[in-house]
Amino acid sequence: MSTEVASTTQAPPVLEVVDLETRFHTARGVVRAVDGVSLSLRAGETLGLVGESGSGKSVLGRTLMGLIATGGTTEVSGTVRIAGQAVHELSGRQRRKLWGPKIAMVFQDPMTSLNPVRPIGVHLTDPLRLHLGLSRRAAKERAVELLDRVGIPDPRRRLEQYPHELSGGMRQRVMIAVALSCDPEILIADEPTTALDVTVQKQILDLLGSLARERQMATVLISHDLGAVEGRTDRVVVMYAGRAVETAPTTELFAAPHHPYAEALIGSVPALDAPPHTVLRAIDGTPPDMANPPVGCRYAPRCNRAQDLCRDQMPLLLDTSPGRSVACHFPVSVALPDVPEVPDGANEKETV
Amino acid sequence: MYMPDPGFVRGTLLRRGQLARRGAALLVAGLVAVALGLSGVLVAVVNPVLIIGGLVAVYAGVDRLVWAARRRRLDLLLGLASAWLVLLVGAAILAPVLPLGEHEDVAATITDPIFLEPFTYGDHPLGTNGAGLDMLARVIYGARASLTIAVMAVTIGLVVGSAIGIIAGFYRRKVDTVIGIFTNALLAVPPLILLIVLATVLDPKVRNMAIALSLLTIPTMVRLARANTIAYSQREFVLAARALGATKGRIMVRELLPNVLPPMLSMAVVVMSALIVAEASLSFLGLGIQPPSPTWGNMILEAEANDTMTEHPFILLVPGTVLFLTVYSVNLLGERAQQRWDPRGAKL
Repeated sequence: MSTEVASTTQAPPVLEVVDLETRFHTARGVVRAVDGVSLSLRAGETLGLVGESGSGKSVLGRTLMGLIATGGTTEVSGTVRIAGQAVHELSGRQRRKLWGPKIAMVFQDPMTSLNPVRPIGVHLTDPLRLHLGLSRRAAKERAVELLDRVGIPDPRRRLEQYPHELSGGMRQRVMIAVALSCDPEILIADEPTTALDVTVQKQILDLLGSLARERQMATVLISHDLGAVEGRTDRVVVMYAGRAVETAPTTELFAAPHHPYAEALIGSVPALDAPPHTVLRAIDGTPPDMANPPVGCRYAPRCNRAQDLCRDQMPLLLDTSPGRSVACHFPVSVALPDVPEVPDGANEKETV
Repeated sequence: MYMPDPGFVRGTLLRRGQLARRGAALLVAGLVAVALGLSGVLVAVVNPVLIIGGLVAVYAGVDRLVWAARRRRLDLLLGLASAWLVLLVGAAILAPVLPLGEHEDVAATITDPIFLEPFTYGDHPLGTNGAGLDMLARVIYGARASLTIAVMAVTIGLVVGSAIGIIAGFYRRKVDTVIGIFTNALLAVPPLILLIVLATVLDPKVRNMAIALSLLTIPTMVRLARANTIAYSQREFVLAARALGATKGRIMVRELLPNVLPPMLSMAVVVMSALIVAEASLSFLGLGIQPPSPTWGNMILEAEANDTMTEHPFILLVPGTVLFLTVYSVNLLGERAQQRWDPRGAKL
């Protein structure tokens, strides 16, 4: 996969996000769900977006598409460029034209993201006829092809079936087929396997991977499952409390995480070869209240390396090496010249 | 669908043989009663009672026999209800070509007998009224008016109500508030008073009656559609449709409407039977279609004059029975349709 990254490095990015912020005005104050995230994605590249619940992954995914936009109690600033067009400056009509042919989304729960009273076929043919202007018959033929491509047996018969007649895995395949129907350049998969059981998870992720490869499609894989992200993405953005805390090529991140949060996340993945009854490692505490985030580094209250500086000053996302950046005053396994040495005692209070 | 085993009597299950014997006894007793009623040996009032009671007994008997033989519930009731409605609607549609007596032209019946008893096997199977008009013809022509008004009113209520309700539930905020004020205002007006006011202002024509009655159904329909729309708008498939570039109109018509409609159709059937009664009430008050044009309501009204009800009870019983059977059948059909087709029960 890394070779593909190299081959497409020259191409202009299909998705470019600069300093994106999503704020919700709630009764409890302003919630900064996404707080200054920048990233870019090239054709054929797969980006993993990881973080625990409430870290702003899904809101980021929806803001990228423009599904969440300024209006009502929501405020979006920064820019998102899809195929050169600034999504948040477009009119509703122009934005709707992007959804489908340029960018599409696979949702978390295939049980609720298909309309229970409409047959599978209609879900597929509607966008085809709307965006590509296909005739009823041509759309139906294309729908059969799509279902076949996502590995649904007997696709012609499925067109007439209703969502409740299909299993969860089949439904998620249908959702993928729907998302791919207009051949999008960017696919956002928002925790596509959370609602599925483990064996089906692997099939769906493999399917997404192979489809992205064959179509040279840029993919954003949102997940809290590090196992899903490792080995299936080219780069990973680790999010914490609405901010990107570390960006790195996947292999490098898993080999040597720089941010203490990333390290703790990777450390909390249970190992297959661990002896039975090994106590699972967890990160103490809970993510901060986003209506009232702590001053300084947001991870500081839970961080075992935190020092006074962390509680006063928010660390910025700085490059450590080409393609890698981390937002931490005292990153793990990097010796930044201008940062004081980490005292040895800081690492001993390991959390369980 | 749960239907209790007819063999359960006071909490104990009858054995198959006992059940079959009881069923046979009921069937025979029912048939005898119907035969007696039809033969007209007894007084006029007793005949229809005997026939109806006999039919009920026949039904109960057949039901028990079928259960004893095949352990499957016979939905004879549903069959009878559908048959009744098909017969009624068919007769109403074909009324002009059926060989019926005179239904409204009093001048044409000047030589006909008045207050002729029903079941006399003459030209007037259901007898004649005080002006010599044929009761069967009047019941059938009355069905034309009553059913047309009810169906039209329900359709108007369904279309307008679902449109307004979906818009209110989808847009929420100000649109919802404004629509809410209007529907609540309409609900706050006592229905009969509203109808009386409308009936005095409007011409008593079928179209106007339908519009007036539809006003009663719209607030309920709006509320039902709005509540369901709000529930379904939160579902992810609406977001998914939006993420594929669907416009608001498309989401409302293609995604929400198919979900909102089934419970509304079930509701519409129930409302329809209420409207048949409402229309009859209006006619009974003399505010509906004017006699001599028949509706079930003004046919019942005829019985009120002088001592007609005590001397010729069939004048009341004929339209009353037809009204009762129709409302009962419509309700039953609505209930069964709801159990069978409401997709909310079947999903997940």
